[in-house]
Amino acid sequence: MQTEIILKMEGICKSFPGVRALHNVDFVLRKGEIHALMGENGAGKSTLTKILNGVYEKDAGRIMIEGRPVHFKSPQDAQNMGIGTVFQEIALCPNLTVAENMFIGRSRDVFVNWKQMNEKAAAMLRSLGIPASPTQELASCSIAVQQMIAIARAVDMDCKILILDEPTSSLDEDEVQKLFALMRELKARGVGIIFITHFLDQVYAISDRITVLRNGELIGEYLTAELPQIELVAKMMGKALSDVSAMKKQEPSKSDKRVPVFAAKELSSAAGVKPFDFTIHKGEVNGFAGLLGSGRSESVRAIFAADKITGGEVKINGKRVKIRTPLHAMKHGIGYLPEDRKSEGIIDELSVRDNIILALQVMKGFFKPLARKQAEEFANQYIKLLDIKTPSLDTPIKSLSGGNQQKVILARWLLTHPMYLILDEPTRGIDVGTKVEIQKLVLKLAADGMSLTFISSEIDEMLRVCSRLIVMKDREIVGELSGENMTEQNVMHMIAQGGK
Amino acid sequence: MPRFKARFDRLSHLFFPLSVLVILLIINLLKGADYFKITMVNGVLYGNIPNILYGASELVILSIGMTLVTAAARGQDISIGESGAISSAIFVQYVLNAGEVTIWTILVGFLISCVAGLVIGAFNGTLVSFFNVQPMVATLILFLGGRSIAFIIDGKVSPILANPISNKIGTVIPGVPIQTPIILTAVFIALVAVVLKTTNLRLYVEAVGINPNAARLNGINPKKVIFLTFLLMGVCSAVAGFIAVNKVGRHDSVNLLKFIMMDAILAVALGGNSLSGGKFSITGSIIGAYTIEVLNRTLLRLEVNPEAIKAFKAVFIIILMIVASPVVRVYARKCLGKVKTFVAGNAIGKPGGLNQAVISSMDSSAKKEE
Amino acid sequence: MKRLSLLLVVMLVLSTVCGLTLAASQKLIKVGIVNLPPEESGYRQANVEDMNQVFSRANGYDAKQTNTADVNEQMAAAMGYIRDGVDYLLISAAHASGWDDVLLAAKRAGVSVILFDRMIDTDPSNYQAALVSDMYYEGQLATDWILNNVPEPRNVILIRGQLGSAAEVGRSAPLLKAAAEGKLNVVWDGTGGDTWSLEEARRVVEAAIAAGKDFNVIYAQNDGMAQGACQALEAAGISFGKNGKVKIIGFDFNRFALRNVQAGYWNADVQCNPRMAGQIDQWIKSGNIPKGVVYQKEIILDTNTITDEHIEKYGINPDPGKGVITR
Repeated sequence: MQTEIILKMEGICKSFPGVRALHNVDFVLRKGEIHALMGENGAGKSTLTKILNGVYEKDAGRIMIEGRPVHFKSPQDAQNMGIGTVFQEIALCPNLTVAENMFIGRSRDVFVNWKQMNEKAAAMLRSLGIPASPTQELASCSIAVQQMIAIARAVDMDCKILILDEPTSSLDEDEVQKLFALMRELKARGVGIIFITHFLDQVYAISDRITVLRNGELIGEYLTAELPQIELVAKMMGKALSDVSAMKKQEPSKSDKRVPVFAAKELSSAAGVKPFDFTIHKGEVNGFAGLLGSGRSESVRAIFAADKITGGEVKINGKRVKIRTPLHAMKHGIGYLPEDRKSEGIIDELSVRDNIILALQVMKGFFKPLARKQAEEFANQYIKLLDIKTPSLDTPIKSLSGGNQQKVILARWLLTHPMYLILDEPTRGIDVGTKVEIQKLVLKLAADGMSLTFISSEIDEMLRVCSRLIVMKDREIVGELSGENMTEQNVMHMIAQGGK
Repeated sequence: MPRFKARFDRLSHLFFPLSVLVILLIINLLKGADYFKITMVNGVLYGNIPNILYGASELVILSIGMTLVTAAARGQDISIGESGAISSAIFVQYVLNAGEVTIWTILVGFLISCVAGLVIGAFNGTLVSFFNVQPMVATLILFLGGRSIAFIIDGKVSPILANPISNKIGTVIPGVPIQTPIILTAVFIALVAVVLKTTNLRLYVEAVGINPNAARLNGINPKKVIFLTFLLMGVCSAVAGFIAVNKVGRHDSVNLLKFIMMDAILAVALGGNSLSGGKFSITGSIIGAYTIEVLNRTLLRLEVNPEAIKAFKAVFIIILMIVASPVVRVYARKCLGKVKTFVAGNAIGKPGGLNQAVISSMDSSAKKEE
Repeated sequence: MKRLSLLLVVMLVLSTVCGLTLAASQKLIKVGIVNLPPEESGYRQANVEDMNQVFSRANGYDAKQTNTADVNEQMAAAMGYIRDGVDYLLISAAHASGWDDVLLAAKRAGVSVILFDRMIDTDPSNYQAALVSDMYYEGQLATDWILNNVPEPRNVILIRGQLGSAAEVGRSAPLLKAAAEGKLNVVWDGTGGDTWSLEEARRVVEAAIAAGKDFNVIYAQNDGMAQGACQALEAAGISFGKNGKVKIIGFDFNRFALRNVQAGYWNADVQCNPRMAGQIDQWIKSGNIPKGVVYQKEIILDTNTITDEHIEKYGINPDPGKGVITR
């Protein structure tokens, strides 16, 4: 590829209070190229793009566009230099027309020449092959077309570099193809496109090059054609293929003959996970593996009925039961620690005590409040058991550290003595010491007879804790691994090959 | 000692609402030292304090309901006055059509009006919780149309409720030294306290108000909780309407409890509650309601010109709101903390925050008691 | 089913015939009435009811009525009546200004406009007549009653209605004038606020008592506020009414207030007559409509002059019954 380089980022560093988001990252974009920016959550993709489009200012490093160094102080600066961004959530006005969305707010003219604007819009829509009329209301277009219009808007600003951040996450297969057609059209015009997605297949379908980031550092830049999927997965997860094989073996689950504690058949939810079967036995710890967006969270949410259940049948201890709301699940002995601690786990202004007793209290019922003394006893018991560091029982949970908050949520569920506990990313964003504590706790609980599902983005954590792994890709279960087969390598293979 | 600390933490949120009330009381005292004087008039306690308690009874009851709605639904019910007008119109019609008025007539009429309040609450609550309409928009419907409904129930006139029992409910029962509305308000507050003690209302409402998502994942149905608060608001409106109509002795659908939602919302805010939901303090709102009543009377006591009275009220409210605002609160805590640290540091020789300092002082006093 | 529809047809035909014969037998006078909604107040309710009663078919009128508090809707309705070709247009305006276009349209169409109860800010040549209550006169009646019936010193608590409203300004002026002339003292000046609130009136009197003011007259600008004042006096153990220390005067002729006066619980009440239809009817029927503003004749009743007949005939809102006191 001897094509002309339009963007060069060198030695980019960016820190936020307490976090080093990017460290010495280089990135190169060529004219007429689709360049996939890959990495797990927190790898630094969005920080890098936000530095590029002027949302953040870099701490160190250089940005050069067409060989000239630039310095952005605001998104407006970046726009003026020909950098367009289209975000996952469409930032357009649904009640305005297509043409208005494409042009309004971009000129300083007070008066708008509607006729001219509509004509210009029509010409552009035609040339880009977007099936929309300039005068139709944006809301009446499909999401994909809205996405394309957002791109058209960006392109019209003489854009040389286009950043597409997860543009396909809300599109169906057909719409994705339409979007790809548009991307190829732009590529032919010489626009350099930075493409961010969690769908590996899409990366291989459209991109020319891949840059992988991990933990804020550059892992490398590769030609798509020369990087096998499995290696990409390995690079994203941070394991070289060579050191993947030497993992400790888990005890094989000998529970196959027994009645499963929980069994689901063809379970599906409104969150978009494809109908799946799932069982777990007494004392078993299993896990859902897969990249972010693969549907692992959606699956466990379906088990807990956290999203609207759309189909399937559930058996608890062999008996058919109906679980339609979280309360049903709780009453059947299921607990669920959600992935997003802040928005779904903690009730931030409530005290540590109230946060601990919440689930138990709800299960007891509206008219049976725990006596204050009893509540305090329970709370103290688990504060001691899990070594939660809090100034007092009445301290609002929001003033605790992330790890301690997570322990409070754990305490909340342990207090209900669940038969089956689902932990979705219990170790995310907490310090290493606590991580290990939580892992140990999970194993101890299982030894005491509790069944658990443990999900983590860190694959080795799951390998250490789980005795069985269910592998997911693109919202579908693609395979299952247990015993000796359960190695990082096999997980990666499964993800890469999609179980085929 | 942890017990002291816990109690202190629990009561600390009342510090600011109370300080606002105290400021007003001090102004009143400066105007005349006999402010708290209570005398016996015809066997009933009389004075500024009984007058305040009597005058604020409806507002206190309504502000309790408003606190719950605000906490759970993160918005306000602006139809409470209208709701009270409708339910009390039904009460009056029942009593007038029941023939001879006995205590049972009044009681049954009151219960029927409470049912009416529940129906109104269910209407508002359905719109808010199940159709996701903004509380203020949902309750705007009854705010605009409620008085016409009450007017029609009244038979297009202002019916008179001049019977001895109503009069006793509105003023005094012979032999009882306290005016009946004050007693009814106290009973109502006690009932609310019992409900809060024997149910999980507080936990559910606060959880839903702070984080409905998390509440849902812990088995709470946020829609039902919001609906429930509107039902309770309906009952509060019915009780307030009942007291108001018995005080007045006739049902004036146009003016009964008019614009009282403004004062109720203000009471909630003065009580240190966030108007965008979450943790709530009913005690704070009750203090806020009495503060507003005291404020109205303070302006009269200061003989403010009637033309200027509204402007003065506005100025006072702005000052009170600033005093009670989170910004000032945080700042004051910081200053207090510094002072206490300094004092404690000098006295005990070790640094500590406000709480620690207070606790250590409490500790020492506790030891002395022993 | 067939029978039912047959019945319907017969009824339809009959009613049409009846209507035609009626129309033929006497020519109805077409009247358009633009009024405020009855739920505005007891006063308005009596006013609307009176209009309905007088301007009826039985009385020889073909009347259409619009009741709304929205002045724009009022104007639209008035325009509609002018287009319909009414003979007379009766208006009680929600808002005093902005009516010139409507009045000119009426003039061009030859429609005679009679304002009632509320004046409009316009040139007097734009309407035929206006029949209104004279608030100043009402205040004068009450003030004169005090001067004639209360011995000096006359110490008055004034409880005003909504500040700046026609009623408040009119009813306050004679009292303030008498005070300026030294005939009486206004020892406390308060207001029931925009809603003429009973509770606010009670607070005003309570504040006056707490401030240790000596007073012997309460001049409350409507009946509800007078009631609130009495509640405050009763709680404070201050005697009032016919044999009491403080004299109570209210306004508006609510029947409950008149019964209170009759029982000697209050002292006097001033009329504010909502029943204007009779007078207007008389003008129209006689063909002798005066020009310009006409004030209604209104009265004051006290414990000596009040009779059951007065209460029956002039009162508004329900009658609690003879001897019943509304506290």
